[in-house]
Amino acid sequence: MPLIKNGAEIDDIWAYVDGEAELSEGGCFTVPLARFLAEASTLAERNTQVGVRLAPDDDAALLEPYLQQIQLIEIAFPKYTDGRGFSQAQLLRRRFGYEGELRAVGHVLRDQLFYMNRSGIDAYETSRAALSEVVDALKEYSEVYQPAAGGRVPVFRKRHGN
Amino acid sequence: MYRYDEFDAQIVKERVAQFRGQVERRLSGELLEDEFKPLRLQNGVYLQLHAYMLRVAIPYGQLSARQMRMLARIAREYDRNYGHFTTRQNIQFNWVALKDIPDVLALLAEVEMHAIQTSGNCIRNTTSDHYAGAARDEIMDPRPWCEIIRQWSTFHPEFAFLPRKFKIAVTGAAHDRAAIRVHDIGLHMRERDGLRGFEVHVGGGQGRTPHIAALVNEFVPEDRLLDYLEAIMRVYNLHGRRDNKYKARIKILVNELGEEEFTRQVEAEFAAQRSHEKIDLPQAEIDRIHAYFAPPELATKPDTSDAFEAAKASDKVFARWARTNLHPHVTPGYTSVTVSLKPIGGLAGDATDAQMEIIANLAETYGQDDIRVSHAQNIILAHVALDDLPALHAELDAAGLATPNESLITDLIVCPGLDYCNLANARSIPVGQAVQQVFADPDYQEDIGRLHINISGCINACGHHHVGHIGILGVDKKGEEFYQITFGGRADEKAAIGDIAGPGLKSEDVPGALKRVVDRYRELRSGKDELFIDTLGRIGHDPFKEALYAAD
Repeated sequence: MPLIKNGAEIDDIWAYVDGEAELSEGGCFTVPLARFLAEASTLAERNTQVGVRLAPDDDAALLEPYLQQIQLIEIAFPKYTDGRGFSQAQLLRRRFGYEGELRAVGHVLRDQLFYMNRSGIDAYETSRAALSEVVDALKEYSEVYQPAAGGRVPVFRKRHGN
Repeated sequence: MYRYDEFDAQIVKERVAQFRGQVERRLSGELLEDEFKPLRLQNGVYLQLHAYMLRVAIPYGQLSARQMRMLARIAREYDRNYGHFTTRQNIQFNWVALKDIPDVLALLAEVEMHAIQTSGNCIRNTTSDHYAGAARDEIMDPRPWCEIIRQWSTFHPEFAFLPRKFKIAVTGAAHDRAAIRVHDIGLHMRERDGLRGFEVHVGGGQGRTPHIAALVNEFVPEDRLLDYLEAIMRVYNLHGRRDNKYKARIKILVNELGEEEFTRQVEAEFAAQRSHEKIDLPQAEIDRIHAYFAPPELATKPDTSDAFEAAKASDKVFARWARTNLHPHVTPGYTSVTVSLKPIGGLAGDATDAQMEIIANLAETYGQDDIRVSHAQNIILAHVALDDLPALHAELDAAGLATPNESLITDLIVCPGLDYCNLANARSIPVGQAVQQVFADPDYQEDIGRLHINISGCINACGHHHVGHIGILGVDKKGEEFYQITFGGRADEKAAIGDIAGPGLKSEDVPGALKRVVDRYRELRSGKDELFIDTLGRIGHDPFKEALYAAD
């Protein structure tokens, strides 16, 4: 599935491994949160990266101790209308200071992208929006009313000159 | 009232462009209806029984004459010459074509209006006291904070796909006219040790499982309000139920966790916010927004008006209207006027384009260009000189807008019901009209006094039946409409959910049954100043249940 990051379509070197299936040598994988937590110490010894996929009902705060070592967290949107991933993303970025890739996977549509971007998500796995549409969607609003993870200056600051 | 600056104007303009694109993608088939649905819903577009319906936001119910004229124009050019004012202080147009909606939004943007978040599972229009900034019993004007909440909640990236819709109401008077205890969040403005702040109620609501909101915090200082709201919203967004849409409102979360545990979770989330997460609204911004709501400059007048007194003495019709449709104003010599949208046999909350134009003109001539929509579906001219009332009344009367029934038994809240709504189980409008007919005599209405009858055509309770002193709920039983009656509901500071009186009635039996109830009240009340709801509280429901079912 096309993966878009920083205004370009990029190659995806990661694979998601569901459940308990063995992780082959040499690949980059994401695993469910429960497995990541259970196997954290052995996963840390691998030569290649292991990331995490958060399901909507996962508690993102459990990842706090590991955030320095993680390069990819996938936030799953199994249904377009399930907005829990937006809170997970804000928590990871703003409260816990996660700086790696935050990737939206699942039912990712053009019209969520602006909100996802403002929640700190910086990569989008989607077959439903072409690159040009993603680029357009992220520019749909030039001003924002509230601070969020994206770091844009809200209008209540601009109005008063900072 | 608040005026857009270049930032507000830019955001609304960009919304029009965005929605135009979404409509084009839907019409071309690129977007499936299922995928378009949450998008159109976040912009107030519903697919109703007969057509698309557009709900336009009227933030905290306040309009200028210029805005009202634009609503009239939209009614005329894009609808069938009328609009429907709702219980959330908004307006709905029932017959707008989908392809025209982007153009309608562009017209609205010209007068600093929009339809953003008037539906969908997001934070909706913040509602308030319709006499805000005018009422004699007001402690603080809630509108500046409503506007601050409007801006904060507009396109909030974290809270656009909540488990369910989310409604916030704010009041600043001791007497709650904004029904804050039946909102997802109800805010009551308070002062403590010279600081302004808010009493925070969470988890009120109507619908199929009505709840009175829990008091979650007795005092949140105003500079922490948005942070506190973010904490509540995050707890709800992460933990509100998503498995069943009927259990997805925050009231269910509050109830399932218990008030204590819910409050603990909110306080824990609030305490966990790090300093860089705090919204930290600059005082200059708080002051900037407050400045828009400075009281109008009203000429100094004596507390009484000779012209007003003379008209009352000589004109019985005027005198009656003056007794029923005025509300005490903070400034001597002025009053707030209710323009009733509840003529006997009419459609509650409906106004024609011509009536909207007249109201706009009158607001400019007599009302400081300040128009309000009340949650009871009437229009208010907030600041009118007593001296001007005779002339104002004459013009309202000529336009069919002077029905003397504010808060009386014929001032019903009525949802659109099965005549328009695809959720409804039963008709509301004809039942409301039939009830009005029984009580149509104005002397009779005045004798009965303040009595709120609210009618909903289904359990979703858009007609607020749970909080009517008398509530009427339409239900469908094997293809036949029945109407369940409740007693004892109220939406004010003593908020309560009404109790079901017994088996449902056939529609044709409702008016007569209610007349028996009301006449029983007139026999049993301790005096003419004891309201129905107070008699009910004093002697219990039994005599009224008996009257309800005592068919002749």
